[in-house]
Amino acid sequence: MNNNLKNIKKLNISKPLLLDCKQTVKDFPLAYETYGELNKSKDNAILVFHALTGDQFVAGINPITKKEGWWVTAVGPGKAIDTNKYFIICANVIGGCMGSWGPKEIDKKTNESYGLSFPVITIRDMVKAQEALLDHLGIEKLLCVTGGSMGGMQALQFCATFPNRTFSAIPIACSTSHSAQNIALNELARQAIMADPVWDKGKYLKKNVQPKNGLAVARMVGHISYLSEKGMQEKFGRKLQEKADYEFSFNADFQVESYLRHQGYTFVERFDANSILYITRAMDYFDLSRQFKGGLLEAFKNQKTKFLVISFSSDWLYTTKENKDTVIALNASGADVSFAEIKTDKGHDSFLVNEPEFLKTLKGFIDSMHIKFKK
Amino acid sequence: MKKEFKVIIDLLPKNVRVLDVGCGDGSLMNLLIKEKNIEARGLELVEENVKKCIYKGLSVIEGDAETELYQFPSQSFDFVVLSQTLQAFYNPEKVLKDLLRIGKSVIISIPNFGYWKVRTSLLFFGKMPVTKTLPNTWYNTPNLHMCTIKDLFHFCLEKNIKINKVIGVNEEKTSEIKIGNLEIKNLFSKLGIFLLS
Repeated sequence: MNNNLKNIKKLNISKPLLLDCKQTVKDFPLAYETYGELNKSKDNAILVFHALTGDQFVAGINPITKKEGWWVTAVGPGKAIDTNKYFIICANVIGGCMGSWGPKEIDKKTNESYGLSFPVITIRDMVKAQEALLDHLGIEKLLCVTGGSMGGMQALQFCATFPNRTFSAIPIACSTSHSAQNIALNELARQAIMADPVWDKGKYLKKNVQPKNGLAVARMVGHISYLSEKGMQEKFGRKLQEKADYEFSFNADFQVESYLRHQGYTFVERFDANSILYITRAMDYFDLSRQFKGGLLEAFKNQKTKFLVISFSSDWLYTTKENKDTVIALNASGADVSFAEIKTDKGHDSFLVNEPEFLKTLKGFIDSMHIKFKK
Repeated sequence: MKKEFKVIIDLLPKNVRVLDVGCGDGSLMNLLIKEKNIEARGLELVEENVKKCIYKGLSVIEGDAETELYQFPSQSFDFVVLSQTLQAFYNPEKVLKDLLRIGKSVIISIPNFGYWKVRTSLLFFGKMPVTKTLPNTWYNTPNLHMCTIKDLFHFCLEKNIKINKVIGVNEEKTSEIKIGNLEIKNLFSKLGIFLLS
């Protein structure tokens, strides 16, 4: 794990935050990054929410990993979310491990990493913590909030919790609650980590180690679920990895095995295993309808926000049907909602890769919203 | 502006909520917003059209009116507009019922199969008519349930659907259709526009 997180932007959240687990916290760090410039009329701010394994480094080069930002396909100069035109903000979620308050941070009471003594947080907690950042940046109303997967859930949660703080919202490839299948896949990831003896009930950081094997398997599970069956077949098929024949061993004979191992073991360099436990838990607990007495109808009542829900045809993690259910709920509440399904073989990952039809839709919506918001 | 759109716009009061079913590239929605300050929403099947609407900043949901009208709550719109697509549904009766459930009023336009040019085409040439409003041939037409103004008129009477106004449109002019002039207007109108509730 890279611990060189001193030179990144951090905001100390001093306002007490009541978490869903009933604990109140204050004076904790929220790491964030911004791109582009806030204009004088402050009508060009876009808050991007990251997904499970993302971080605040949306565009350009991630200063910690030295790799491209996770949404470099969509965000940058001249891109769909144009940094020449818009001011883009992204914060590392609480529970994460890129500088925000999370299980690997030091608990001032014990002078040790929190580990499992870190409170179980929710999507709503994440979003509430980020509201303070808007106050800090002096933004009363955002032009747009957006994000894919868990980022999309945060966008929905943000609109439900702060209905007047954004003009528009683009929840991408997500749902208003986690399905049994999604919970099951997350449980698989958690069990992989917890079954690694190095994990040691979350206390591994005291020995300055990571449960790499468990974390890598957790990442592999995720990667399978982000691709579509067809996409995987086309990319890998039964192709062998730099060899002419089977090795009759358990080495990575197939390209798909090699790919998964690579994804798994590069991931452990940049992510904390306990963070995966906490963030997946937050996703599983997510159920907007539970937060309001009248269910989803109440969650989206009196929304002035203009929504665009986007799904991908080959996404089996957050299916078009689930995304449409969000649209139906918004419609039933009388909210202003648009919906588009992008036809692609790239699965759930479609929002992260270069998918021209998706990027055009994203750009078209944001630019048209900016014109409306300026009025 | 298309004559049909002009009639539809004239039928609508200002500042109401309208759902445009099969809204295409959003041309009508744009006009409704500009001319009548209407809160317009669209439902559209064709992905390319959905995107065109989104680029224009219009609110549109990608979906099939045949199967997805259930998502709109009852009486959630003042008006629902369906322009020249009723005949293309597998079950137009079910769709029409849904439209009447969603909207307090419904505006439907149909290409009139009773138009004289259509009739003469079949009578004199013995072939399925191909006209400006019905440009497809028999094997590739999306129109499964062609009907005449008279057919829809009688259908509404039979099903106890209230006909508030019917307007016939042809090359020269638009005119109101009543039970008294139904026969003649059914012969000379290319398009029938019904205001129902």
